[in-house]
Amino acid sequence: MPRLASVADLEALRERLRTAADAGRARIAVCTGTACHAYGCEAVADAFERAVAERGLAGTLAVRRTGCHGFCERGTWVAVHPEDTCYDRVDPADAGRIVDAVAAGAVAEDLVYADPVSGARIARAADIPFYRRQQRTVLGPNRWLDPGDIEDYVRGGGYAALARVLSGMRPEEVIAAVGAAGLRGRGGAGFPTGAKWEAARRAGGAPKWVVVNCDEGDPGAYMDRSLMEGNPHAVLEGLAIGAYAVGARGGVMYVRWEYPLATRNADRAIVQAREYGLLGERVLGTDFAFDVRVHRGAGAFVSGEETAMLAAIEGRPGEPSLKYVYPAERGLHGKPTVINNVETWANVPLIVERGPTWFGSLGTARSKGTKIFSLVGKVNNTGLVEVPMGMTLRELVYDVGGGIPRGRRFKALQIGGPSGGIVGEEALDTPVDFEALTAIGAMMGSGGIVVMDDTTCVVAAVRDLVAFCHDEVCGKCVPGREGMRLLRGWMDDICAGRADASVLARVPDVTEVMREASLCALCVTATNPVQTSLRYFSAEYAAHVEGRRCPAKVCPDLLEYRISAQKCDVACTACLQNCPTEGAILGRKGTRKQIDQEKCVKCGVCIEVCPTRFTAVAKFSGEPVPKAFRTVPA
Amino acid sequence: MAEASEYEAALAEIRAGVARAVARHRGDPGLLIQMLLELQAEFRWLPEELIAELARALGVPLARIYRVATFYKAFSLAPKGRHVLRVCTGAACQVRGAALVVAVAEQLLKVARGETTPDMRWTLETVNCVGCCPIAPVVLCGDDYHGKVTPAAVRELLAKYA
Repeated sequence: MPRLASVADLEALRERLRTAADAGRARIAVCTGTACHAYGCEAVADAFERAVAERGLAGTLAVRRTGCHGFCERGTWVAVHPEDTCYDRVDPADAGRIVDAVAAGAVAEDLVYADPVSGARIARAADIPFYRRQQRTVLGPNRWLDPGDIEDYVRGGGYAALARVLSGMRPEEVIAAVGAAGLRGRGGAGFPTGAKWEAARRAGGAPKWVVVNCDEGDPGAYMDRSLMEGNPHAVLEGLAIGAYAVGARGGVMYVRWEYPLATRNADRAIVQAREYGLLGERVLGTDFAFDVRVHRGAGAFVSGEETAMLAAIEGRPGEPSLKYVYPAERGLHGKPTVINNVETWANVPLIVERGPTWFGSLGTARSKGTKIFSLVGKVNNTGLVEVPMGMTLRELVYDVGGGIPRGRRFKALQIGGPSGGIVGEEALDTPVDFEALTAIGAMMGSGGIVVMDDTTCVVAAVRDLVAFCHDEVCGKCVPGREGMRLLRGWMDDICAGRADASVLARVPDVTEVMREASLCALCVTATNPVQTSLRYFSAEYAAHVEGRRCPAKVCPDLLEYRISAQKCDVACTACLQNCPTEGAILGRKGTRKQIDQEKCVKCGVCIEVCPTRFTAVAKFSGEPVPKAFRTVPA
Repeated sequence: MAEASEYEAALAEIRAGVARAVARHRGDPGLLIQMLLELQAEFRWLPEELIAELARALGVPLARIYRVATFYKAFSLAPKGRHVLRVCTGAACQVRGAALVVAVAEQLLKVARGETTPDMRWTLETVNCVGCCPIAPVVLCGDDYHGKVTPAAVRELLAKYA
């Protein structure tokens, strides 16, 4: 493919791709996002390719390996376009029948998505409850796009926004459009993107830089990963537009170490964009010159903070420094630098294409557009969802997420990662909006939502988040380093039943100092889970501290596994065979089994393997143990 | 004698590996992290000799390389096992029982998290979120993702990697 030497060349290519003989082929899109890889999606895609080839249908049917479709709970997910018929939990053995159906213009009824609540078969994506309430303006193309093929992106309208910007928009106009749209950073803080760009544009110094922050470190969040894996050209196009607007010549995509597929797809997108003349000197024949490289992270949560990320890109340990001056004025190599999150960049081409008025029509008064959330934990439809700002948490959990599995009760949700909050049922009617979430003590964060049911211990969940922050704290400032150490010790003590009420009284002293005096936002907001959970779940803390018991039966030190002598079947040895700890199960075939509390590590294997017809194993935490469960001396 | 020549051979390999990594990045010390990532992938750890060689080749102080190599989790200053089992302990995995999976893995491999078995077969690690949250709890073995891993499934999973 020769370099595109002008905007007209790009449009000619698009026209050629759209009118090509094979452009009208039906398309079988196999999700090959990271979650579907765990389900074996590559074998599924291979099976589809074989089935198409065997039937000689390659001229009318294309098989595409796409990025994440979002409905990860039900992978491997396959969508057939243009009808958008969806097949869930597809196995390689199903490929032939689906291909036959598609070739006949029909639907393989018994293989299409089955709703877990009603059991009804629903063929079209638009009718599936999980998708129905979503508005997938950013994530949408993931459902049909081959991330390894720049022509696929161009065919669907890709790089038209960059072309528009380069064919006559002044940089100030681009910034004004982004500002007027009301786009705010999707990485957590919600800083107005237009203002950031404006500051970098005005700042003196060259060469300026633009950076993609794909260091999505919040546990429970994977929206950036899925965009980078599934639609890297959208991010690249947004980045190029931003570079033009602020006057940058160089770009860096910082991708975290844990995301090998995102790294690979970003790399490949850059190489292809260069080949097509969309990067490099004289982009599309204009005076705009811009190139990008990928910087792989090496595993450090704190490197997601702006100043830390810049240090990492310069080859140093990715630790934050004091923001006397913002990176927009003095950033990478001391030059003005705009750092935006993946999702923020991916929104930019849409704003240019459809206009700020369209973007501003979505969302709430101060939070515009859509937001992608990863909806995970104890919820029926786990996956990636994109909804207009302003939808309530309740709608997200129940209408999109399909509610709590196994008929259990909703207990809490954690939003905003380790910097966010853990809130209870009374907060469910809060809309997703930067200010509204902050008001309930949480934050938008990058958009991870972890749902918890009544078998989740909130205190243990907070302990895990605090432990995470303690592991990741860079140690540069005293409030952060010592504060996290104290909080972790106390949370461990509470979960182990070693703490008394005086510990809870000391928590606010420490969190206050951390909020006032930490070097960067990470240790300021790391106190959020502790503070919100103390507010919403004080009774659960009290149970651990005063009652030395864990009501959700999660904290191992406050827990005993016991086997009922009445229910245990003497002929069964499931627990004996599967227990990973030597000697923890007393007894043998022919006797009833008991658990040696000294040796038991409380891993839960015995509960899992005990046949449901016996259900002889139970957990106890503080409540009286019925006679049948008491250990009999040997 | 055999031992000495084995060491010499390993050293030669390290020198060649360092030279390749430095050449790929045109000797730019600003790209130190990228070089270390490639060397870590190639040798599976960063021996003292490798770090010394890299410092010489780049003309930067040894301390600077150690500072970077000890800051980031991707780097290991000790040899790792043939298989690295990484149990994700991100928030979504914890809610769905990752701690139980860790407990079982510790019992079966007879090492604590962060440790390597004496036969150098397994290293057991925990990782803070691999971004595969919908299929929690997640366990990685090398580059393979395993989703919805229950405590009782760990034994069979380990058996797949002889």
